[in-house]
Amino acid sequence: MTLDVLYFAWLRERIGAPRERIETGAATVRDLVAELSARDDWHAAAFADMAAVRCAVDQQLADLDAPLAGAREVAFFPPMTGG
Amino acid sequence: MSARLQTAPFDLAAELQGFGTGADQGAQVTFTGIVRDDSGRMAALEIEHYPGMTERAMNDYGAEAARRFGLIDWRIVHRYGRLEVGEAIMMVATAARHRAAAFEAAEYLMDWLKSRAPFWKREIARDGTGQWVEAKDSDEDALARW
Repeated sequence: MTLDVLYFAWLRERIGAPRERIETGAATVRDLVAELSARDDWHAAAFADMAAVRCAVDQQLADLDAPLAGAREVAFFPPMTGG
Repeated sequence: MSARLQTAPFDLAAELQGFGTGADQGAQVTFTGIVRDDSGRMAALEIEHYPGMTERAMNDYGAEAARRFGLIDWRIVHRYGRLEVGEAIMMVATAARHRAAAFEAAEYLMDWLKSRAPFWKREIARDGTGQWVEAKDSDEDALARW
């Protein structure tokens, strides 16, 4: 499937791009992270500490075991600091 | 009942024009967040957001607060982009029959916006260097009470 992967804050800086469109067969967010981490050092560095990474699938907060079937957009970002 | 995202400053008095109407209204609470300099070296904050998801999250939390606390009206305005020290970052307003519900709903909204709305703050020092603000455990703990 085709997936838009978005990055925010320091994840965006480490990866060097705000978004990328990828082809993937990943079944869950966890599988997608493993796939992306294997791409290059920048992705590996961004995903090195998953305790510091949050995720949204189609703009809803999701955990690492969330399924990706039918998803169009996955975003990775640090814990939020609004308000 | 609205949430809005913008770069421009907001005028609190203008935001409250026509806010919370009806004879059953007995209390309005407003909260305004201001850019604070804790280090003594800060010039500004840069606030990044997730276009689409941020608006959705603000609307969802507003609607949930209205349901939980029986609000008559609510409003959230949150800014993004570069904000200088002393500028207003965001506001929430709540209207209810009684003050307890209005106060509680405002706190509820602030706790959720802080930790569950997709915003990321970066502190810009006066020498131009930037540093991402880390989420605080205390903000995460604050959610547990709801």
